[in-house]
Amino acid sequence: MAVIRVHDVTKKFGNFTALDKINLEVNQGEVYGFIGPNGAGKTTTIRILLGILKATSGTAQVFGLDAWADAVEIHKRIAYVPGEVSLWPNLTGGEVIDLFVKLRGPNNKSRREELIERFDLDPTKKCGTYSKGNRQKVALIAAFASDADLYILDEPTSGLDPLMELVFQECIAEVKAAGKSVLLSSHILSEVEKLCDRVSIIRQGRIIESGSLQELRHLTRTQVRVETAQPIPNLSELAGVYDLQEFEGGATFQVDGVHIGEVIKYISNYGILALESAPPTLEDLFIHHYQKEG
Amino acid sequence: MPKQLFNSTRTLAGLILRRDRIQIPIWIISIVAATVALAAMFPQLYPAGPERQVIAQIMQNPAMTSMVGPGYGLDDYHIGAIVAHQMLLFTAVVVAIMNILLTIRHTRRDEEQGRIEVIRSLPVGRLSNAAATMLVLTIINITLGLLTGLGLGMLGLEGMTWAGSFLYGAVLTVVGIFFAATTLFFAQLTETSRAALGYSFAFLGLSFLLRAIGDTSSETLSLLSPLGLVLRAQVYVNNYWWPIWIVLAAAALMTLAAFRLNTIRDLEAGFFSAKPGPAHASRFLQSPLGLVLRLEKTVIIAWAVGMFVLGASYGAVFGDVEAFIQSNDLYQQMLPNVEGFSVTDQFVAMLLSVMSMVAAIPTLLVMLKLRVEEKASRTEHLLARAISRPQLMASFLVVSLLVAIVMQVLSILGLWSTAAASVENPFALGKTIAASLVYVPFMWILVGLAVTLIGFAPQQTSLVWLYLGYTLFATYFGSLLQLPDWMAKLTPWGYIPNVPLEPASAGTILPSLLIAGGLIAVGMHGYRERDIHG
Repeated sequence: MAVIRVHDVTKKFGNFTALDKINLEVNQGEVYGFIGPNGAGKTTTIRILLGILKATSGTAQVFGLDAWADAVEIHKRIAYVPGEVSLWPNLTGGEVIDLFVKLRGPNNKSRREELIERFDLDPTKKCGTYSKGNRQKVALIAAFASDADLYILDEPTSGLDPLMELVFQECIAEVKAAGKSVLLSSHILSEVEKLCDRVSIIRQGRIIESGSLQELRHLTRTQVRVETAQPIPNLSELAGVYDLQEFEGGATFQVDGVHIGEVIKYISNYGILALESAPPTLEDLFIHHYQKEG
Repeated sequence: MPKQLFNSTRTLAGLILRRDRIQIPIWIISIVAATVALAAMFPQLYPAGPERQVIAQIMQNPAMTSMVGPGYGLDDYHIGAIVAHQMLLFTAVVVAIMNILLTIRHTRRDEEQGRIEVIRSLPVGRLSNAAATMLVLTIINITLGLLTGLGLGMLGLEGMTWAGSFLYGAVLTVVGIFFAATTLFFAQLTETSRAALGYSFAFLGLSFLLRAIGDTSSETLSLLSPLGLVLRAQVYVNNYWWPIWIVLAAAALMTLAAFRLNTIRDLEAGFFSAKPGPAHASRFLQSPLGLVLRLEKTVIIAWAVGMFVLGASYGAVFGDVEAFIQSNDLYQQMLPNVEGFSVTDQFVAMLLSVMSMVAAIPTLLVMLKLRVEEKASRTEHLLARAISRPQLMASFLVVSLLVAIVMQVLSILGLWSTAAASVENPFALGKTIAASLVYVPFMWILVGLAVTLIGFAPQQTSLVWLYLGYTLFATYFGSLLQLPDWMAKLTPWGYIPNVPLEPASAGTILPSLLIAGGLIAVGMHGYRERDIHG
């Protein structure tokens, strides 16, 4: 069942097209990664899903309801953490967390205290004195303390230290285990790789790739290092082989996902002594896409 | 060593001038222009002759003295003496406010925002930013003083000599530099710009109060206040320069103290650390309405006190008002003659009109806070939760509408409290409060206008301030400058019955309520349909 369904959504700011017919579908119980460089349209998409911006055309639905018209109904069941957390300088972190939790629905006290402890936040300090990371913690605690069905997180860990990032990843795992859905926009690709079931890559207002990480990997190249008994002739002429570097008794090269079978078959004729292959990281994937398109 | 502390000061001063290239000229030009324009009106307001002596009498009454400072040169009360006596103190206060705002903006606020950190990572001295700020403000204050002196001197009015005019300007210059220095000092003590602003304004308020008490009771107290001290220059009469040098020396000492504190403290730290607050939100805070009240608490309380004091200061002069108005042709021109009402009633009617426009300021501040929150990207926290836009807007609206009522009632209570002490038969309290409430629906029209702007032209919400400014101009100066009637009729105030002189009928109240309601409904619709920016 789709929790988020975005169909052909376009958003224009004056003459500038921020989003160009994007499509997105997040299913129940899924952690969905949303990646792309700055200014690609991630935050605009999220704001349309929140009913803060109105799509110029297309439909954006959350829980089968219209993101714009039924915003309040939808928001009773979602928790949101913005990328840039701006808080009231003269309220304390504890007050803001309580306010946010209260504005969503029933207050869950025990969860709040537990999260404050896990994220190591001093709730008596005024928000004006918090660092970026601490403001982010306030928003994260308020989000995870509430019992939502969908978590929309816009680059939630950009200011957190590695320890807190771990706590964050635990929280996501718990939420996922409870069958909730998450839309996670992020720059930290290793994090997306670790947490997400499926990802979409957005670039200049267009979704250029969507699917599971496995599916996406097929579209890119695998790094291969091989040592053989006999030298491999004409390796560079095989389809799908790139960046070939030969050395005494072996070679390293990249190979397209779709050609990997043929290439391995070919080199096995020359007596493989050692073979290492590394799947492309999301980072490779990402850079691959940008180089291809750019 | 000292050289390194001030490295690149001039470059930073250039940066400040560049950042404020619009703001600084606006401050200087408006203060100078207002001073010269108002001074030019004085010969018309106070024609020579025996009436002047009546005014001299009034100037000696303690209520007036506490408001504008001690009178001097009363035996030959020429225009120069009147101008300096009535205007210098208030102009100095405005200059002080300008210096406080600009100093905080370039010191603690920049530091809080992390901008100084970037600057300090460059080969820039530890004191360079503080020194650059003081340098720029000194230049601003000297320019302001010279231009004021030049403008006043060129008027060439009776008793307004060149020497006196430049002393008048010098008073503004040293008061400005002094408050820039004290603000710089407070900016070292506190961790936040809000707190630094609070201390600086409290210090200004204290200086004013000390002078008010001192001027009416003990001279020594006044000499302790920089504002009291500069009035002893007796501009245009005796032209004493010694207060100038004392205040300047005090400013230099404050600057040195601030520099000293700046060199021994850490960046982004203060000497008063921020106090921890509650770990939990009170039950009261847990709704949008509670949040609005909590955020605007300080503003509302400060304005409530201000409105009461404003009313009280008008009330204090009630005793002399009849004598004053009867002796002053110009005020008689401003007051309509109505059979069966005393001059006091007419004065009340005029005050109601003026005070209601002042009371409209906090009313609008609360409503426009919604836009401030949006610009700071804080409304999205609320709208991303189960809060609808009408609900969010209504929270600000309700508080704004109530503030209008509260401010009106408080100004009348203030007026009554001191009037009761100075007159034998003050006006009837209940009746006057009722009269002040007649203004409320018209104030709500301004709120409605603000809501409409928030809904449809969120970038242009400041237009409502322009409109309020026009209203003040057209209403207050309309009869004085004999402006055509339609100019006042362009504002809500042009339609308000002249209570308590005229009865208020449902025929005027109902339409204004309808207009206010209509504007609010339209604005809400716009707010519901537009994108939230931030």
